[in-house]
This record gives sequence, C-alpha cells and structure tokens, in this order.
Amino acid sequence: MRAVIAEDSVLLRVGLVKVLEAVGYEVAAAVGDADALLVAVEEHRPQVVVVDVRMPPGFTDEGVRAALVIRRQWPEVAVLLLSQYVEERYAADLLASNTSGVGYLLKERVANVDDFVEALQRVAAGGTALDPEVVAQLLVRRHRDPLEKLTPRERDVLGLMAQGHSNNAIAESLVVSESAVAKHINSIFTKLDLPTADATHRRVLAVLRYLGEG
Amino acid sequence: MIKTSRLRERLRRGAAHPVLAWVTGDEEQHQGRPGVLQELLLVGAGVPFLIPLYALTTNASKLAVPSLVPLLVFLTVLTALQRARFRVLGGLGIPERQPDSPPGTPAPLRLLAAVRSEATWRQIGYHLVVGPTLALGGVLALVGCGAGAVMATVFGWGWLLPPGSVAHPTGHRYLATGLVTAGGIALLLAGPWLAVRVARTDRRAARALLGPSRARELERRVEDLAESRAGVVDAADAERRRIERDLHDGAQQRLVSLAMNLGLARKTLKNVPPEAMQVIIDAHEEAQAAIAELRDLVRGLHPVVLEDRGLDAALSGIAARAPLPVRLRVDLPQRLSPTVEAVAYFVVSEALANVAKHARASRVDLTVQQLAGRLRIEITDDGIGGADPTRGTGLVGLRKRAASVDGTLTIDSPVGGPTNITVELPCEL
Repeated sequence: MRAVIAEDSVLLRVGLVKVLEAVGYEVAAAVGDADALLVAVEEHRPQVVVVDVRMPPGFTDEGVRAALVIRRQWPEVAVLLLSQYVEERYAADLLASNTSGVGYLLKERVANVDDFVEALQRVAAGGTALDPEVVAQLLVRRHRDPLEKLTPRERDVLGLMAQGHSNNAIAESLVVSESAVAKHINSIFTKLDLPTADATHRRVLAVLRYLGEG
Repeated sequence: MIKTSRLRERLRRGAAHPVLAWVTGDEEQHQGRPGVLQELLLVGAGVPFLIPLYALTTNASKLAVPSLVPLLVFLTVLTALQRARFRVLGGLGIPERQPDSPPGTPAPLRLLAAVRSEATWRQIGYHLVVGPTLALGGVLALVGCGAGAVMATVFGWGWLLPPGSVAHPTGHRYLATGLVTAGGIALLLAGPWLAVRVARTDRRAARALLGPSRARELERRVEDLAESRAGVVDAADAERRRIERDLHDGAQQRLVSLAMNLGLARKTLKNVPPEAMQVIIDAHEEAQAAIAELRDLVRGLHPVVLEDRGLDAALSGIAARAPLPVRLRVDLPQRLSPTVEAVAYFVVSEALANVAKHARASRVDLTVQQLAGRLRIEITDDGIGGADPTRGTGLVGLRKRAASVDGTLTIDSPVGGPTNITVELPCEL
C-alpha cells in the first residue's frame, strides 16, 4: 500500500511516517502543505493520503479543500483527514459528494495504532471512517426528523454505520449477535423510508440521511 | 441656595439652559489659584473685546440676517481670540467646539447647521452679553487699581504740584490728603478683589459658553468609551486566538506525538516484561486522557471553525462535548460580526459548563436565533433551578461578557427548576 502524508508539524509528520511504516505501508511522500500534497498525489498516485486539516498558509481548512480536489481529480485515491479537533461542517463538506473512500478522524486516534490502521484500511478499500466526535456533533442537531422514530439502540447502530463500520464490527462493539445487527439495520431502513435497492446503496443513503444530507 | 444646587444638578445632567451654565459655574475648581497680578492681566486682556461689541451694536442695522456669514466668521475669530486669552493668561484650555456638520457639507447647509447649533448661540451669548459685562467689570477693576495707586501715594508726589492744588499737602489739607490716601488704599484692595472675582466668573462663563456643551462632551465621551471598549473586547478575542494557536502548535502536538510513540511501543515491542508493558500502557492512556482534556479546554477558547464557518458551525462542537445531552437548534440566516460571534460562542460555552457544574440537569435545550436584528440565545435545562445571577456561579462573568457588546442576560430559575437563561446580543456592532 502506497501512502502520501501531508502534515505541517515536523514532529507529527515523522510520527505518522513511523506508524504507517510500522504497519507495512510504503510512504511515497511526506509533505507540509496542500499545494505540495497535490503535486505529490499527481506524481505518486498513492492508494491513500493522510492529510492534516489545518495547514499553511491560512491554518483553517486547507486539508479539507485539498481532500475535495483529490476526490474530484483522482477518485481512485482515498483520503483520510486528521485534525486536532473535528468539525461536523468539514465532515459535511467531505461527505457531500461521496461517502466512499473518505475518513475524518481526530489526530490522537493515530495513537491507538490498531484502530487507526483499521480505519485507514477501511477508507483505502472505499469505505468511510468518521470519528465518533463528529458523529456526536451531528447528533446534537437531530430533532423533528425521521431519526426521532429510531430506538436508542437503532441510533447506536446507525451511528456506528455512519462511522463506517461493517455489521461484524458493529456487532462486536455493541456486544450483540450479527443477526441482531442485521435486524436493527433493516428496521432503520424501513423507518427512514429508504428504497429497497442493493444493501450498500441503502447503507450509504441511511448514513447520508443521518448526516443531514439526504 | 437651594435653587442653585438644583440648577447645578440639572446642569450635571446636561439639561440646563446653556446661557445659565456660567451663572452656577461648574464643579471643577481651578487648581492652584493664580496670583492677583495674573488675574489682572487676564481681565485687562478682556477689555479690548469691548471694541468689536461697540462696532457690532452701532452697525446692528447693517448686520441683520442677510449678513449672517460675516457674523459667523466674526464669531469664530472672536472665539479663537478669547480662547487664546484664556489659554495664555488664564491657564485654562477650553476644548475646541465640535464641527456642526461633517466635512464636505455644502456651504449653505453648513451655514444652516451653524445657525441651528446651540453652540453658536452660546458663543453669541458670551460675546454679546457675558463677555462685555465682565469686561466692564474689568475696566472698573483696572481703573480702581490705577486710581487707587495714584491716590494712595498722594503724599509721595503731591509736593511736586504747585502749592494750592487739590493734592498738594499743606497744613490745613492734611486731613483731606489723608482721606485721599485712605480711599486709595481701599481702592487698591477693592480693585484686585474685583479683578479676581471677574476673572473667576469669566473663566466659568467661557468654559460653559465657548467650549463644547456638557451634553456634547458627554456624547463624545460615550463614543470614545464605546470605541475603547470594543477595542478591549477585540483584544481579548485576539488573545484567546493566540493562546489557541500556541497550544495547537505546541503542547497539543507534543502530546499527540508522545501518545503516537507510546502506541507504537505498545504495538511493536516484543519480549517486554509484563510490568514494563503495564507502565507503557498506563502512560499511553494517561497521554490520551491529557490530550482529550486539553482539546476540550482549548476548543472552548476560540476554535478556528468559528472564524472559518461562523457561530452556527462552531456550536456543534460545544454541544457535542457537553457532559450531558444537548439539543441544538440554530437559525441564523447570515454571519454576524466576528466580535459578536466570539462573545456568543463564549457565552454558550460557559453557560453549558455552568449547567454541567451546578444544575444537576439531565438535558439541555440550546436555541440560537436571530430576531429583529438581535441575536437571541436560550439555554434551558431541567435541573434543580435556584440559580442566582448575583452569586459567583459564573453567571456574573456571563452577564459581563454579554454587556461588553451591549447585550443583556436574563435568568429565570425557580427553585426546583427548570432554569432558562436568555442572552440577547446585537447582531452588528
């Protein structure tokens, strides 16, 4: 797996390279700003890029904007955004066009190497990884909508779905059987009034609805 | 006496008729009494101002309404001269009068504004009535001093006159000459006394009639204060931003790097004694807890997203991180001024912290909306109530913070709850 890293702090850039190499990734380039990132992606065409949100020159949302450019120009390149704080607005930007092959996590999640690598692989494989923090932020604005109809358990399941977890992973984290998860998910689809298309498509739609985009 | 103090009270409120202002004088007593000689000089310098008055009254018929312009110019010049007299001889700086109309106003309008301005009429009052009256008093005082000096010294120079003159002291006229001398001494005392009184009155009158009016001065003071307060509020925000940035670039990154390294150690170190591994695990978890704590603290300061995407976007983060469930409703059609956004963010952040600390609530409803040009923030919790805005439970700080941009904070918190805090801020400053 080839990766490109964009992070303006030298300290963290070195740390990220170490973590990725420790788990068998090949880091093709590690750069310090969004422009250099686009150049590196053009040159190396990695499977995945790991991008800091706050980078020079403005230190606001440069990483988010670079991620959108990358997803548009090189759809085969997955993007995982990292930030000291996560913001639902940036998540919404990232997911507005496409929920596949994108992730948005707090930087400190890298410290839990196994979980981080799992999320990175999920994103690289075309899935989604959203930080529970972002999901919580999206939840505080949910009221008077179909989600109100969900039971607390179903909301938990949908939250984990939104983070990008598979049924298997959801079952594990809620300590229930996989068939129970499947039942919850079907009930969610019904309550959210989602068309009976293929499961993946419905899953994405449910997540979008959950994120207030659908 | 009673009347005077009442007048003074009205004056202090800027409500008295300006021409009366000089009668009662004002509170600021002149520090360091000037000497009699100086007062005589000041009064003496006032005498020549009788000349233009004389010119004006004798030509009054010619200087009717059509020739307002020369009169106004004349007034301006007179005022400048009088101000110079007080500055140089009276040790009194009279503030410049504010222009009646903004620069670039066409001449006719400027003229109209000048005529309508009460400052113009106050000046006319000084130049035509008060000033001349006092100048006459000054003439009396000076003449008194001069005559007194001549009369008091009659024994000194009377000899020089031919014998038989009135002032030539000879035997049978000693009594008369003595009386003249005594009268002279009396005049020498009375003249300066009068000069000092005149000078004092003149100072008060000039300050009241030639300077800006009390109301105008207060108005300007309020403007200055509002400006400097806005500066202070902005400086506080800038400081918060700086601290946020410093922590983001410094301590937070070091901690994340530390946690990453410990995480790597946890994953990659093999053949470590279990006790040593436990130490690494503890350190790893401690580092992560520190990161989370610092993150919450710093996010409360001034998040980047507040400037980048506005108040609406920034509130999600605070609401999500509150230690109890928050339902957030935001309805803001457009961005507000950055200062108001910063104050509103701080208020919400502190109010939620307050609820978490004191209210023993199970949930909070947070509504932020724009109503008739005001930003209205409502924080309702289902806690125990009894919040007292006068006691130091953070509510005082909230109220001050709201007041810093002319906002208000009202609390409704009956014992037993629920508590509702409503903050209203202006949308624009």
